[in-house]
Amino acid sequence: MNILKVLRDKPWVHSTASATLEQYSGPDPVAASQIMLRFVLAIVSVLFFLFIITFLSRSQYPDFEALAGSPWQPFTDSSRLWFNTALLACASLAIQWGLGGSRSGKLNITVAGISAAVFFTLLFLVAQFDLWMRLQSMGFYLSGNPANSYFYLLTAVHGLHLIGGLVVLTNVVFRVWYNHNIDSLKAPLKLCTTYWHFLLGVWLVLFALLTSRPETINALAAMCGF
Amino acid sequence: MQNVAIADQPDELHDPQTFITKYVYSQDHKVIAIQYGITAIFVGLVALALSALMRLQLGFPDAFDFIDPSSYLQFVTMHGMIMVIYLLTALLLGGFGNYLIPLMVGARDMVFPFMNMLSFWFYLLSVIVLLASFFVPGGPTGAGWTLYPPQAILPGTPGYDWGIILMLVSLVIFIIAFTMGGLNYVTTVLQARTHGMTLMRMPLTVWGIFTATVLGLLAFPALLVSAIMMMLDKTLGTSFFMPALVSLGESLDYSGGSPVLFQHLFWFFGHPEVYIVALPAFGMVSDVLATHARKNIFGYRMMVWAIVAIGGLSFVVWAHHMYVSGMLPAFGFFFATTTLIIAVPTAIKVYNWVLTLYRGNIHLTVPMLFSIGFIFTFTHGGLTGLFLGNVVIDLPLSDTYFVVAHFHMVMGVSPIMVLFAAIYHWYPLITGKMFDEKLGKIHFWFTFLGTYAIYLPMHYLGFLGVPRRYFAMGSTDFIPESAQSLNASITVSALIVGLSQLIFIYNVFWSLRAGKPAGHNPWEATSLEWQTPDVPPHHGNWGPELPTVYRWAYDYGVPGAEKDFIPQNHPVTESEQTAGEPEER
Repeated sequence: MNILKVLRDKPWVHSTASATLEQYSGPDPVAASQIMLRFVLAIVSVLFFLFIITFLSRSQYPDFEALAGSPWQPFTDSSRLWFNTALLACASLAIQWGLGGSRSGKLNITVAGISAAVFFTLLFLVAQFDLWMRLQSMGFYLSGNPANSYFYLLTAVHGLHLIGGLVVLTNVVFRVWYNHNIDSLKAPLKLCTTYWHFLLGVWLVLFALLTSRPETINALAAMCGF
Repeated sequence: MQNVAIADQPDELHDPQTFITKYVYSQDHKVIAIQYGITAIFVGLVALALSALMRLQLGFPDAFDFIDPSSYLQFVTMHGMIMVIYLLTALLLGGFGNYLIPLMVGARDMVFPFMNMLSFWFYLLSVIVLLASFFVPGGPTGAGWTLYPPQAILPGTPGYDWGIILMLVSLVIFIIAFTMGGLNYVTTVLQARTHGMTLMRMPLTVWGIFTATVLGLLAFPALLVSAIMMMLDKTLGTSFFMPALVSLGESLDYSGGSPVLFQHLFWFFGHPEVYIVALPAFGMVSDVLATHARKNIFGYRMMVWAIVAIGGLSFVVWAHHMYVSGMLPAFGFFFATTTLIIAVPTAIKVYNWVLTLYRGNIHLTVPMLFSIGFIFTFTHGGLTGLFLGNVVIDLPLSDTYFVVAHFHMVMGVSPIMVLFAAIYHWYPLITGKMFDEKLGKIHFWFTFLGTYAIYLPMHYLGFLGVPRRYFAMGSTDFIPESAQSLNASITVSALIVGLSQLIFIYNVFWSLRAGKPAGHNPWEATSLEWQTPDVPPHHGNWGPELPTVYRWAYDYGVPGAEKDFIPQNHPVTESEQTAGEPEER
């Protein structure tokens, strides 16, 4: 749909085109869900964009100490975060595998894919929580420094979005379970897959930001005019 | 996620039978709209009562023992927040959006009716949490509706403890509710339009609500982000917005936070919020004017373009609320320029409303009176906005009653005039009864003249330099004593206008019981919501078959037509076909 063409339409010019089309019988639920998901992704993007903008703005105040860059900062060695990232990437791959299974009508692969995705996602959440505990034990408390605050805040918001995704995915799986119809799984599973890939993308951006050295953060902030 | 609306399931084309499924646990968009409407009007009346208390203090200082400086600030805050968010946003989008979108685009219901129902219950919860703050220790927050830190969460500000927490929690719940509803509105407009209903055949009401919803979906996250971060500052001691400071002689643990950052976030939401309220009102008033002037809306395409342009521009004007906040002065020039630019599409709309009336067959019905009243109040409020949008004029007027008068005219009175126009216009469709015309006209004249009696002198108080949010003026050299007489007269006017709203409430309930039956399409309107087989529409709206749309929503006074209106679902005749392209309308 070319929006500019639509907006140039002259509705007062009469046309009989609508009378020649086939009878319309109501909205297409799959297309409607796709549109809704696009809006959800846009909203979540705006949410994280705003958090990141405030992060960059706040980073320019003297009390901000980035979590990477100096040897005593926890993410100078970011191997632990790489491990967590790998878990989320596995979840993303697994759900894509499950989607492939549902497309080719293979119930076993679909179930295995979804189960693995749920497993890896839960593992990621546990691993993130464990990371919180480690930071606490190292003395990096929530209110200790704005960089710490942002780490806890952004990972919590990201985790909540994953939990929301898990709730929706569970709902979809149970509905299919009761209907005994794998075909009805395809469309909602595709939407869940898109959502999982999107949250992996968001995490990669957060990962890059939270493990950036002060010089990188300062350069980004300067680009934004802070 | 895949869900078929109950009303779209062929074997479910019957009305819910039990009281609970029909009126409480209902997924019908019309019932949800009425639930939204009743809740919003109830909480709006609470806010109206709060404004009466404020005015009593300002008009007759110290005459009432139960109003002290703290409670005055609490009234100001709760009045502002309730009116902007919990009344106007909820009633325009949750109420009218829910009722009108499916009917106007020819759908049976919203695309995700369960989520739509959840949206209302979350909204109700947010209202309950908000009102609960009246009953907690310290009372509701008195930080002003903008909730600026650091004062919002520091001792010395009323409700700094429980009040602010409940306010922030309530806002978060409201945003969740709005998001669930908003996703429904945009998806329904994009996906559930009936056969023949192209985007450019939609009535301007739908365009206004649709664009406002998109704005809301993208702007409310800014409020969410600021609410979450302020909540963490308050409860867990982070320093996102809180600078290092000494409070009541004690050095606090906060360090280095930026209150201006909060202001940017808040107004990044706050200014689009003005248009979240205004755009649905623009759309609805356009439809009411065209119907009661028996004339197609002037410049339909330009009206759509203006709505879309205003929607886009509303995201780049936010800092004109912050000229005195200490931000980079160069920003002032940029935001003053964008503010002047956004006035252009807005002015186009005003001209088009006036030109719709020009040589129209104007019926001075109650909805029409309120719509014409809106053109006056909006023009006045808009013009003072041009004053305040310019940095050099804003600086001396900032934080005076001039600002209060401006935003009440443009964002308070104007949308409320449209809300009354809309309620009177669609009341016959919603209830199946006509309201009492005479009572409606009395209500209009009290409201219209009364608001001018309140806000015109308030501009003058602003010019004198009377500051806003002050509990009492005290002895101030530059404010003459006569300003107090003016304040007293404003208070009397405000009380009269407030009480005159009881006429409206009475009319709504009396007409519900004793009003004349409205019959089918009493205003002889063209748009689809008036073409339902039943009035009020039953569950599923359209009976067994969805309507087909053949024309736009403004075929009034078509030369050669049998009547002076042709509904959207009437096929185009041969003669209309051969008449060729009419002139640009």
